[in-house]
Amino acid sequence: MHDLSQGVYMSKQQILLCNYTMSKKVELLTVTKNRRINDEYVIIHAASQDKLPSIYPGQFVDIKVENGPNTFLRRPISIHEVNESKNEIILLIQEVGEGSRLIAKLSEGDSIDMIYPLGNSFTIPAKGSKALLVGGGVGVAPMLILGRILKDNGVEPFFLLGARNNKILMELDNYEKIAEVAVTTEDGSQGIKGFVTDHPLMNEDLNQMNIVYTCGPDPMMRAVAAKAKNKDIKCEVSLENLMACGIGACLCCVVDTKEGHKCTCTEGPVFDIKDLKEW
Amino acid sequence: MVNLAVDLNGLSLKNPVMTASGTFGFGEEYEDFINIDDLGGIVVKGTTLHHREGNPYPRMAETPSGMLNAVGLQNKGVDYFISDIYPRIKHYNTGIFVNVSGSAIEDYVATAEKINELDNIPGIELNISCPNVKEGGMAFGVHCPSAVAVTEAVRKVYKKHLMVKLSPNVTDVTEIAKAVEGAGADSLSLINTLLGMAINAEKRKPSLSTITGGLSGPCVKPVALRMVWQVYNAVKVPIVGMGGIMNANDAIEFMLAGARAIQIGTANFIDPQVTIKVIDGIKDYMHRHDINDVNDLVGGLITE
Repeated sequence: MHDLSQGVYMSKQQILLCNYTMSKKVELLTVTKNRRINDEYVIIHAASQDKLPSIYPGQFVDIKVENGPNTFLRRPISIHEVNESKNEIILLIQEVGEGSRLIAKLSEGDSIDMIYPLGNSFTIPAKGSKALLVGGGVGVAPMLILGRILKDNGVEPFFLLGARNNKILMELDNYEKIAEVAVTTEDGSQGIKGFVTDHPLMNEDLNQMNIVYTCGPDPMMRAVAAKAKNKDIKCEVSLENLMACGIGACLCCVVDTKEGHKCTCTEGPVFDIKDLKEW
Repeated sequence: MVNLAVDLNGLSLKNPVMTASGTFGFGEEYEDFINIDDLGGIVVKGTTLHHREGNPYPRMAETPSGMLNAVGLQNKGVDYFISDIYPRIKHYNTGIFVNVSGSAIEDYVATAEKINELDNIPGIELNISCPNVKEGGMAFGVHCPSAVAVTEAVRKVYKKHLMVKLSPNVTDVTEIAKAVEGAGADSLSLINTLLGMAINAEKRKPSLSTITGGLSGPCVKPVALRMVWQVYNAVKVPIVGMGGIMNANDAIEFMLAGARAIQIGTANFIDPQVTIKVIDGIKDYMHRHDINDVNDLVGGLITE
């Protein structure tokens, strides 16, 4: 699909450069599948009529939700996977508010208005590296595409996925096809009881990792980042700041970095914690 | 062929559709979606004499049919604009305006003086109405003496088109409008955002770091239309109307209320191609109503 899958190591700077020159588009895609996986989550497949542009792990789409005074702005949604042969973008949707509930109701044949692909990308480490991918709740979304790309690039990924309970845990098959999957649930209904940070992968086994990626609720990411930082392991977080435009125009979604305010939408959503203030 | 060109007190725009400051970056952010040269004009992000980091996150809250923002004029300062941004955007074949803000009259003057030197910037929009900065900004625009003082001071050094952006957060917008017109403004743009507030009841906290912020989007349109109409009936200089314009019909309403040109702001966030759709929609309206010159729409409201 692009340089990453051909095993070419790209530094963050190179990836950002790619994104800067890569064009974004606004397009009406067609929903080809909407499958409910549990009480809170659906997986939506949306097909483009055109060949998909290069899409990097960590990037997102910004969806226009039709109608209603309470869904005025677009909804940024992380890209879960892509199916290049069908030109499909696959999204994991958690129903949390009016916007996501409306998106989750879309059915096969419906149009879905997206601006994409947006944002930067997780970086891909050197071949032979070991990477821990920690996702919590809907934050598991970018971990699937990231895991696949890492594996394609000769990196050994390990998934660590957290959920409140087994009723809202993701289907694990797709992750298991790529790598080992470890699970924590807050009530102990599956995997290890507790938070992701209670798992051995985040403790005694963390030393073997070369990089930690995380996406999920802010307290979870901060706890994961603190453990990685403590062991001096590179850690990238995918932030979810509120945004209005998604394309770097409104300057609403800023994060405080050591170089001043940066836009989560264009200079993120992925940041190395060493560049962030108060992380 | 219909005529879409409008004249802003000697400054010609190829059509009446402009973009509002702070919603369109420097134009570059939208190059993937539209041809910037198709626009009547763009107003680039608010620029101050010195670098400003702006307000802390969170700076945005979605509200019914609109949004609040409290960006707080984040920008890298006028010198950075001149050295780094201007060379990249000066080729645009559209009216490029720089929105100029400050916390003291001397700052406005110094910034305007520097921008006066840029050949491909035919005008500035003097921002005396930003509600999101602690000092300056809106403070200048809500009282006649200070609005006059800053406009007069900038007028002395700025030789090109001077547009002054008015605040809706006043008792009588026409008083400020007349005062600013008297102080030398070439045109007036209105409205800036309405001061508003949103609260997260579950957390008992304000939604914005600054507690209050500027409201924009279709929820403000009736207020904006009313103010454009009032100002149109009070001054002679051209008016650039804005406030919640989402489509061509909204734009035409503003022109009928008296706007010579319009600015599209928040709608750019929802549809990055909205400006082009509005231009096409205005043409379509003119065809349907057998109007050959877009200027015939200006103030064309039938009130009896």
